[in-house]
Amino acid sequence: MGTVPTDQQLIDFVVREARLLDQQRLEDWLNLFTEDGHYWMPVERGQTDPKLTTSLMYEDKLLLRIRIDRLKGKATHSQSPKSRCHHMMQTPQVDERDDGQQHYVTWTPMHYVESRADEQTLYAAWVTHHLITVDGALKIRLKRVDLINCDAALGSIQLFV
Amino acid sequence: MISKYRGNRQAISALVRETEVHRDVYLDQELFELEMEHLFANTWIYVGHDSQVPKVGDYYATTIGAQPVIMVRDTPDSVKVLYNRCPHKGTRLTGDTCGNVGRFFRCPYHAWTFRLDGSLAGIPLKGGYDNTGFAESHSARGMTAVRHVHNYRGFVFGKLSDVGPGFDEFFGEALSSIDNMVDRSPAGKLEVAGGVLRYRHDCNWKMLVDNLTDTCHPMIAHQSSAGTTVDVWKSAPAGAKKPMAVEIYAPFASPYEFFQTMGIRIWDNGHGHTGVSHSIHSDYSAVPGYFDQMKAAYGEERAKAILGENRHNTVYFPNVTVKGPIQLLRLFKPVAANKTLVESWAFRLVGAPDMLLERTVMYNRLVNAPTSIVGHDDLEVYERAQAGLASNGNEWVNIQRLYAADEPGQRNVVTDGTSEGQMRNQFRAWTKFMTMSL
Ligand code: FES
Ligand SMILES: [Fe+2]
Repeated sequence: MGTVPTDQQLIDFVVREARLLDQQRLEDWLNLFTEDGHYWMPVERGQTDPKLTTSLMYEDKLLLRIRIDRLKGKATHSQSPKSRCHHMMQTPQVDERDDGQQHYVTWTPMHYVESRADEQTLYAAWVTHHLITVDGALKIRLKRVDLINCDAALGSIQLFV
Repeated sequence: MISKYRGNRQAISALVRETEVHRDVYLDQELFELEMEHLFANTWIYVGHDSQVPKVGDYYATTIGAQPVIMVRDTPDSVKVLYNRCPHKGTRLTGDTCGNVGRFFRCPYHAWTFRLDGSLAGIPLKGGYDNTGFAESHSARGMTAVRHVHNYRGFVFGKLSDVGPGFDEFFGEALSSIDNMVDRSPAGKLEVAGGVLRYRHDCNWKMLVDNLTDTCHPMIAHQSSAGTTVDVWKSAPAGAKKPMAVEIYAPFASPYEFFQTMGIRIWDNGHGHTGVSHSIHSDYSAVPGYFDQMKAAYGEERAKAILGENRHNTVYFPNVTVKGPIQLLRLFKPVAANKTLVESWAFRLVGAPDMLLERTVMYNRLVNAPTSIVGHDDLEVYERAQAGLASNGNEWVNIQRLYAADEPGQRNVVTDGTSEGQMRNQFRAWTKFMTMSL
């Protein structure tokens, strides 16, 4: 990568991120986040506050690490049998570029399918990536997942949209 | 289909024995319907918190058992609970779950209007009812009000039938857990805040209620989430401050002894709570400034007594639980014999630092969300139990742990924290309220 990422490089990054999730290469996936990065899935439409309003997920790297280790754990009965997931995305759009701060925002509408045993569930989401470059490599500062039905009564979502 | 249980008091009573219950209480749809008609009519069911409807005309639409109802602020000082049905042709009166209707409910079908107490205010082209005897019709009475409503320190409960005990008699000493949660506010006031989490469960609602005092499961079922948290935190750099999230998750992995010695208090009518001496909420870090506010409001001794309570789950039979030390309420809304909607509501302690709400909201997300790893652990075992009970190998569920033959008549007792005595207490109440109107 040159000194600033091209739009195509931002798009490729977001597409590859979903691929790592589909292939459950979760260690590689976690490495995409900055040390202070967060994964946020609001519970309210247009939610602005992750601290004083609850969320479906608002996880720092420690919590994501716990989640990933748990998915592999022998005592994790809710993953026997294991879940699988599939992301079907539109081409990400680059909404903001700040080459000075090396801060970029992309917008990606997607359908997400999670399956386990005989059940399969479809979710629709708009995903916003806040990306920065660290030592020349793109990293996720914030991945925000807005489910179209974030405030519905949902069943378990065990993997990552 | 021949009715197995309808009108058959003996068959219903035979489902609950001293130390075991028949699987049909979890599986049978006819019994579920009888629960809605009897158990959920003869007992006081949590409707909502009055802070959800602060202004006159504010409403919140919910259910009592299978019945759609509306909680509405009808005057500045009172709330009413009305059946959510237009007396004309039955149309549900609200679209959104909450909002403000102004001075009248207005039906979207033919625009009949109703005052906030449910009484009929107007009908378009009213002359069409002249000389029809309309005044004697059901419709003329307006929206039907739930007959028994009680607002206890903001918590609104309703009882659908005239059968069953009054509010104070039904809850008795159990109200002390709501008291403690409210008293934790320096202003003595709670507000619903921080959003609600709604989680679909494909299991019977009682599996969730049974689980509230099931203290032999955390170290097993939550080994995957809490145990992993403990393991991950082991590799934190020496001297690192334990994050709030680790403080919340780790105690679920506590050993048996921790749960044995915490104790369970058992009250009448199916109520009870875990965490008499301590609980998984005991060791949270102090929130700066909070104790000083409490001291100023209550005096040091009383403030210490309020915060010294660490009750874990208080079961308000049949289907709601509060967690005072973390200001959460969970409502188990029965949908079908094998379907339950779990709603988890957070409260702000009015006048207390925001960090308390932040912890409440974090706890809710980490433990009660459809995306929660603790929630995944629990739902997996409930759904496996729901499936496993179909097996004809054994028709009975065992609730015998630490049973003593003299326990049925005892009230307000404290037991070993791993006793299944509170589950037995719930099922004694189940039989009582199921059969009292048969
Ligand atoms: S159904 Fe409500 S006004 Fe006719
Ligand atoms: Fe649990």
